Amino acid sequence: MNSGSHLTGRQENLRNRAKILGAIRNFFSENGFIEVETPHRIPVPIPEAHIDITVSETWVLHPSPEICMKRLLAAGFDRIFQICRCWRDGERGSLHLPEFTMLEWYRTNADYTQLMDDCEALVRAVADAVGLQGVIQRQGKTTRLTDAWERLTVREAFSRYGGISVDEALEKDLFDEIMVCAIEPHLGMETPTILMEYPTERGSLARKKRGQEDVAERFELYIGGLELANAFTELVDPEEQRTRFVQEQKLRAALGKTVYPLPEKFLHDLATVPPSAGIAFGIDRLIMLLLDADRIDEVVAFTPEEL
Amino acid sequence: MYSVADLRKGLKITLDGDPFIVIAFDFVKPGKGQALYRTKMRNMINGTILDRTYRSGETFEPAFLEERTMQYLYKEDNHYCFMDNQNYEQISISEDAIGDAKNFLIDNIEAEILLFKDKPIGVSLPNFVNLRVIQTDPWLKGDTTGSDSKPATLETGYVLRVPPFIEEGELITIDTRTGDYSTRVKG
Repeated sequence: MNSGSHLTGRQENLRNRAKILGAIRNFFSENGFIEVETPHRIPVPIPEAHIDITVSETWVLHPSPEICMKRLLAAGFDRIFQICRCWRDGERGSLHLPEFTMLEWYRTNADYTQLMDDCEALVRAVADAVGLQGVIQRQGKTTRLTDAWERLTVREAFSRYGGISVDEALEKDLFDEIMVCAIEPHLGMETPTILMEYPTERGSLARKKRGQEDVAERFELYIGGLELANAFTELVDPEEQRTRFVQEQKLRAALGKTVYPLPEKFLHDLATVPPSAGIAFGIDRLIMLLLDADRIDEVVAFTPEEL
Repeated sequence: MYSVADLRKGLKITLDGDPFIVIAFDFVKPGKGQALYRTKMRNMINGTILDRTYRSGETFEPAFLEERTMQYLYKEDNHYCFMDNQNYEQISISEDAIGDAKNFLIDNIEAEILLFKDKPIGVSLPNFVNLRVIQTDPWLKGDTTGSDSKPATLETGYVLRVPPFIEEGELITIDTRTGDYSTRVKG
């Protein structure tokens, strides 16, 4: 039998992966969060224009555990986290697997700035656990975790690196191309970067910023050019959420994608969710970063091609 | 017709009328954004490298390339004439498309000709060919300059460096991939 051959070179990464998962659980338990488990197989997903869903008979495999986790907030839980498998159809590249591991955590009576602080504390604690002492090396470049993390708005990032304003990029439908090709390679290089305040239409589950309605309280965390996490101050107004979901459904229809019915129980429960903030953190990518792996394949036991 | 999902290293596609080979490819997706396919491609005619980013749903025309084994006949002005030994069809290839292979073409040598839309775009030769030295200075015994090579001109006009002991009229083997001297042909 040589079925283990590809695994021989990954043994050390997989042992470190277990260590990192343990350190994440310790971090949350020490900070008063409880670990929850919610179903992977759900009747309908959140309508999002650019996430393709893996179908399981008449239900779907969740692309994120957010629906059920926010329903737990409605039920009175105040600090919860979950580490689980998520599915996104067709996503396969050096940083993508169609089945991957996500960490999500939620806080009530908080906004996205508390999640920025959580990210700093979490990444430092986990880096310590694998002996990195505040410094991350990725592809020969050094990022310092212990220095103050950069907080950069999307607007500033476009004017600094994009060569075009964010408004012009949106108008010309070039937002994603410029983000990937021109901006992302600069992010999180000296210190990690919190890229924040996305245009409202780029954050369909995020609360609009008070006093600045054209941006949403959403941020993404980048370290060493790698996108790791996406966070919001949660939108908890069911009517506004319904309106934004309908917009996403229209975008899906225009792109010729399946349009699912709205998650009505979620919208019902949203009315009783207190002001909250939540974040989705790609664990395979965090492990890649901490272990200086170039491809996501190097930090998982099996890719789809190896099954 | 290919879709972006078919893109992979080594795939040959037609862009703006030219054949391109995909040399690097990755799927990327900014948070909550759409899937993008970043590719690096090489123009198979002039070697230019092209970076392009595609969205899902875009399509490509395949580049149909044909490889034929042909025999080199002769040079006429700036063109090189080859013949297909299967059907005796003759084609003429420009100096540009021949590239470095022109340095190693001797009568009757067999070469692989790459064709795109029936137009020759490249020639590949065997890795090693034997060519005769038509001019080189004699080895001066007792030369104390310590030089371990000297220039030599081959029958094709190509000039390269050879060891000092090679004499005019000798047959030597050249590595066509590097254009370097490989060995002396005995006898």
